[in-house]
Amino acid sequence: MNQLIPTEEPRRMRGDGFWRKTWAVLVKEFIQLKRDRVSFIMIVTIPLVQLLLFGYAINTTPRDLPTAVLLQESSNVGRSILAALHNTRYFKVTELPRTEAELDRLLASGKVLFGIEIPANFERELRRGDIPAMLVAADATDPVAASSALSALGRLVQTALAHDYAIPQAGSAPFEIRTHARYNPAAKTELNIVPGLVGTILTMTMLIYTALSVTREIERGTMENLLAMPITPIEIMLGKIIPYVLVGFVQAAMIIAIGVFLFGVPMLGNLGVLAALSTLFIAANLSIGYTFSTVAQNQLQAMQMSIMFFLPNILLSGFMFPFAGMPLWARWIGEALPLTHYLRIVRSIMLKGATVSDLHYDAAALAALMLVAMTIAVTRFRRTLD
Amino acid sequence: MTAVGNSATAPAAAKAGNDHDVVIDVQHLTKRFDGRAVVRDVSMQVKRGTIYGFLGPNGSGKTTTIRMLCGLLTPDEGTGTCLGYDIRTETDRIKRKVGYMTQRFSLYQDLSVRENLEFIGRIYGLQKPRQAARAAIERLGLTGREEQLAGELSGGWKQRLALGACTMPSPQLLLLDEPTAGVDPKARREFWNEIHALAADGLTVLVSTHYMDEAERCHEIAYIAYGELLVRGTVDEVIAASHLTTYVVSARNGNSLSTLGQELEHKPGIDMVAPFGTSLHVSGRDAAALEAAIAPYKARDDLDWQRSEASLEDVFIDLMGRAKDNFQ
Repeated sequence: MNQLIPTEEPRRMRGDGFWRKTWAVLVKEFIQLKRDRVSFIMIVTIPLVQLLLFGYAINTTPRDLPTAVLLQESSNVGRSILAALHNTRYFKVTELPRTEAELDRLLASGKVLFGIEIPANFERELRRGDIPAMLVAADATDPVAASSALSALGRLVQTALAHDYAIPQAGSAPFEIRTHARYNPAAKTELNIVPGLVGTILTMTMLIYTALSVTREIERGTMENLLAMPITPIEIMLGKIIPYVLVGFVQAAMIIAIGVFLFGVPMLGNLGVLAALSTLFIAANLSIGYTFSTVAQNQLQAMQMSIMFFLPNILLSGFMFPFAGMPLWARWIGEALPLTHYLRIVRSIMLKGATVSDLHYDAAALAALMLVAMTIAVTRFRRTLD
Repeated sequence: MTAVGNSATAPAAAKAGNDHDVVIDVQHLTKRFDGRAVVRDVSMQVKRGTIYGFLGPNGSGKTTTIRMLCGLLTPDEGTGTCLGYDIRTETDRIKRKVGYMTQRFSLYQDLSVRENLEFIGRIYGLQKPRQAARAAIERLGLTGREEQLAGELSGGWKQRLALGACTMPSPQLLLLDEPTAGVDPKARREFWNEIHALAADGLTVLVSTHYMDEAERCHEIAYIAYGELLVRGTVDEVIAASHLTTYVVSARNGNSLSTLGQELEHKPGIDMVAPFGTSLHVSGRDAAALEAAIAPYKARDDLDWQRSEASLEDVFIDLMGRAKDNFQ
């Protein structure tokens, strides 16, 4: 028979062994960390990926801001201004509307951030020295993006004209830029930030509610019982998501009410539309969180995944930095994040009074993200313990 | 092959044939994890209304086999039916009619007794889950504790609740995975009385256990070690099939027998020596060889030798030793 107790008394070190015991715990922690492969990989990849991603993507001097130019006259000066705008990196002329109404619609829908109108007889008045007015409408819902571009505009046009038509630059400018900051004329940042916070706060809370829901059942051992019962993965998923839609809705209502009554954010659009699209946004985030919980092996991994997802939501969605200022690839990443679409929705509805027809693209994107997440979750959900 | 096909498409018709009383019928089940076979070539039949004991040491593959029966694991090899449904393709149907009690308490610790039972009632589609839960609470003798959180119950009550939870949807088959581990003797006895009452009503019960006294309460037993099913049958059949001859040795003067035990253990002809209280059980598969081995000791007048029937425990420890020899 084997001896359970050693025949020789083992030799022990003297003293209380504070550092020895600390060392014992330290060694154990390192072994456990090494065993948890995913966490181990994340230690390296999280800082690396995030630094490279955000370092290259974030730019506070926005480039290529989408601009619409309305030429009310067909003149050389007009064409020259258009060409100058093309040549700068600040503006990117994406639309050439024919009427003012069309220009307004483009601004309201958020397709362009600037509308530049060169009125009729601009060239003639310019040559006569009448100082004609060039009208610039800027979407000031994001004041940061608008201001730096606007300050560059005057100099840009003047240089172009001097170069092409020898219109003297001496003294004051030969024309005037009449700027109209739409939607947020006082350029109050809180009007931009508070609606954005609705989305950011909801993203954070919703993700974490569901990210732990499946891993928690696995860690507590209740999953085995649940799997042995006649219930399908879709039923489990919907049952776990729906209660939090309600929770999210209450949170959204609270933040929006505070925004309106405390911060004086206007509510120009339809509250019902905002409520409906907010619900969609909440459900999309809950589905993504739930997907994490079906992929993660434990609660720690699920939390790490949520944070990995939350950071780009803040930095690449247009919440902190102008969306239009990011390089194309970063904007593509942004398009895959629910917060990007919700920010457009909530800012457009509250500040611009946008209607459903202005927002159908973003609403469809949210619905698509939600469905993709749900599909992954249901297929990833392990129905057996294999 | 055609018979298997038929039973998959029309289980009721196939069952109506020769063996409509067989609830579990599996052949050659094998399950591997990371290339290591945890269950190898296990075949078994369980008849309706039987209490079938599933015995074996820790890590022998009992839990894995039970999980394959109720659709929680997919076998790598082998086929079979549970309640007439294919264990590979019809797990959804099996789950509706099987009550599975997991080894680890797996109800929601942060729900009360009543809330747990109502949850189960709803999932199994009972028409009045509240009433069903209330009735189950009364049946289980949990009245007065219905609002207590399941996690705060003592071990014995947790086990009662878990049993109540898996019997509430009135299943046709109960799979109980070590239901009495860590439960006191009184609660264990009550538990077994209940199992017998349920079986008398026609419910089939497959129960895994370590306890020999529990094995003796089963109608039939199967012994599994190292993933292989070594023996099955009634308790008497299993003992008879072992061909084990056993002597009980005790010291007349009350001296310790530990040195004798160590001496006897390595003698040829003696397959097993196990201490039981103040006496030793000495067993061998070959009666003649055993007699020869103990002859010199029988002559000693400080020892009392009594020939006896091998106990179930003797048989299992012997089986385990033999399986280990084959395995290594």
